[in-house]
Amino acid sequence: MKVVVGLGSCGIAAGGNKVLEAIQDEVRSRGISVDVQKAGCIGMCYLEPIIDVVDDEGNRTTYVRVTPEIVKEIFDNHIEKGKVLSEYTIAEDDRSYIDGQMRIALRNCGVIDPESIDEYIERDGYRALEKVLKEMTPEQVIEEMKISGLRGRGGAGFPTWFKWNAARSAQGSPKYVVCNADEGDPGAFMDRSVLEGDPHSVLEGMAIAGYAIGAEQGFIYVRAEYPLAIKRLEIAIEQARQKGFLGKDIMGAGFCFDVKIKAGAGAFVCGEETALIASLEGERGMPRLKPPFPAQKGYMGKPTNINNVETFANVPWIILKGGKAFAAIGTEKSKGTKVFALAGKVKKGGLVEVPMGLSLKDVIFKIGGGIKNDKKIKAVQLGGPSGGCIPESLLDTPVDYESIVKTGAIMGSGGMIVMDETTCMVDMARFFLDFTRKESCGKCTHCRLGTKRMLEILERICEGRGEESDLELLEELAVNVKGGSLCGLGQTAPNPVLTTLRYFRDEYEAHIKDKKCPAKQCKALIAYRIDAEKCRSCGLCARKCPVNTIRGSKGQPYEIIRENCTKCGTCLEVCRFGAVAVE
Amino acid sequence: MFCCIGEEHGIEKNFPDEEVDLAVLEPVLKEYRGIPGSLITVLQKAQDVYGYLPRRALYHIAREIGVKPAKVFGVATFYAQFRLKPVGKHLIMVCHGTACHVNGAELITSALCDELNIKDGETTADGLFTLQNVACLGCCSLAPVMMIDGEAYGKLTPDKARDVIRDIYRRETGK
Repeated sequence: MKVVVGLGSCGIAAGGNKVLEAIQDEVRSRGISVDVQKAGCIGMCYLEPIIDVVDDEGNRTTYVRVTPEIVKEIFDNHIEKGKVLSEYTIAEDDRSYIDGQMRIALRNCGVIDPESIDEYIERDGYRALEKVLKEMTPEQVIEEMKISGLRGRGGAGFPTWFKWNAARSAQGSPKYVVCNADEGDPGAFMDRSVLEGDPHSVLEGMAIAGYAIGAEQGFIYVRAEYPLAIKRLEIAIEQARQKGFLGKDIMGAGFCFDVKIKAGAGAFVCGEETALIASLEGERGMPRLKPPFPAQKGYMGKPTNINNVETFANVPWIILKGGKAFAAIGTEKSKGTKVFALAGKVKKGGLVEVPMGLSLKDVIFKIGGGIKNDKKIKAVQLGGPSGGCIPESLLDTPVDYESIVKTGAIMGSGGMIVMDETTCMVDMARFFLDFTRKESCGKCTHCRLGTKRMLEILERICEGRGEESDLELLEELAVNVKGGSLCGLGQTAPNPVLTTLRYFRDEYEAHIKDKKCPAKQCKALIAYRIDAEKCRSCGLCARKCPVNTIRGSKGQPYEIIRENCTKCGTCLEVCRFGAVAVE
Repeated sequence: MFCCIGEEHGIEKNFPDEEVDLAVLEPVLKEYRGIPGSLITVLQKAQDVYGYLPRRALYHIAREIGVKPAKVFGVATFYAQFRLKPVGKHLIMVCHGTACHVNGAELITSALCDELNIKDGETTADGLFTLQNVACLGCCSLAPVMMIDGEAYGKLTPDKARDVIRDIYRRETGK
């Protein structure tokens, strides 16, 4: 009997550790022999905490939304008596969440114990490294990557083989391999999940890249905000060294490669390659002009190849199954699969990996189960602060690099935030500009000042002080910021504004001309009111109101005194009778 | 310290100049002295030691690893992770990533501000809590999320967030 507990960051946030403790307590107090294992995130974050009970015949039962109380019942019935508690098991409907996917980068996430190298090895781990060391020349490895058509999963979608080849041909030594795990895009968490759930696949991918380009040292530049990922990477590196998959003379093939972790210090711009290198060198993370590209002059001025976490996680699979098998998946120009972090107003939020070319609609409705509370979808945001909002009318767009770019958004690292009719698109644009304004490193004037000016305009529109000329001004600034910035941050910062202006201009106009927020989100343009017909005079809103501005007495409908109302929304949230209205 | 036009530098005016024990930094400095490119790591470890980066420690680091104070201050103020002021015993990080924003992170922050009677970035008078809005904690499916002392709390409502704080407060003060 084996019990597996999903303990990614999201599983832990949902109470996974308490469930684990409860399981360990049950095992101890009952004195039975049950193997308790930890696993990474399976991607069904909306069902966490999740545990798997595997009996001696290997039958796997998945329990979802587990609490310590349910753990006790599972032990009483399932583990002691073999009786499955179907009321807590995963619903058939939720199974389609996994069945609709094709998992390559996430092949081991949630399946193996990320802290056990043996489980990784059992699932063909480090066999790809063995294959390249024993059977392939570096040129053949690069050729295989070329056949696979793998493109960078961090955002820009640059062909991986091309970068490897450039670093291989570059003069200078030593050379370096860097894994970009500075996942700063708000709304994307696939890199965290891969690092937490399957760290060895990234290490193996890096070692293969090291062999291909002729590097002996690798760095993983990982966000300091991901403490669990760092911890699991440290364990994985130590295990790989002990087994001889990292270090000197790997597998007796004369190839040396080791990996160091560098914790980032919290700067979104460090996702940009040259800024990342500056940060690795201990400097402020400011981008520089390219060329020279990092492949020629990177870390410490030496040839450096930088790939994203998800890109590396794909590499061992490609080597083992062949580039052709990978290229058979996806569309003409976008091969393989892509991991998306599905979140926002979607029913089943989590990580999904789908073949390139699937439509946005299928991802959101077939896999994601549609919109929360069955509201109407308004848009989906792809690519984070560098991306854009794709309206409902374009949901048939297939997910591949070129098609997404045509809509004005970008694939980005794969954050997919679903928005319903209660999301204000002007506020969304303001939100992203606020982010890029804070994260601009300050080097280029257009980015440093342009984002600030754009933000000011958006803020004034949200506050009902917008003028008709503002939209033109926004568009003009957007073009200048794009053109006047050195790196991807500034070049893409106006995208959220441009796409919302393109698809949701009417919302901007409603804010400016009618002083109304159609989504009822912008505080300055809304007012709260209690519907006297629906009010049951329970007084809960008045008690909860932080500024004591709700008056009333038993038997009389309550009333909000608007002068003092801070529009915090507390009354709306606590009212059990739906009597609070926003207008 | 004054600059040439007789005004106090921003950093010196805005951040406290507290007496700190510089000897506790020695193990860190010993490990990284002479290794190029390790300034960020040294600052991260120094922050682990003190809980923030005291002004005197920054000058000390600059002297000891042989870089200009300007560069140390430059790096220390560039990255969001570094703090130049002491923080409370419990650091509350409220996620303001896209998913959390869409799901009402603003309401969580305003509830916490109200509960603790501080603003974003401030510390309570009793030194127990510091409130900080952060970009993204990567737990987007559980939005809105906050993290306190490394532990994440998901699917928050303003009331739930208040309860978490009250629990910690009760544990700390017995009240």
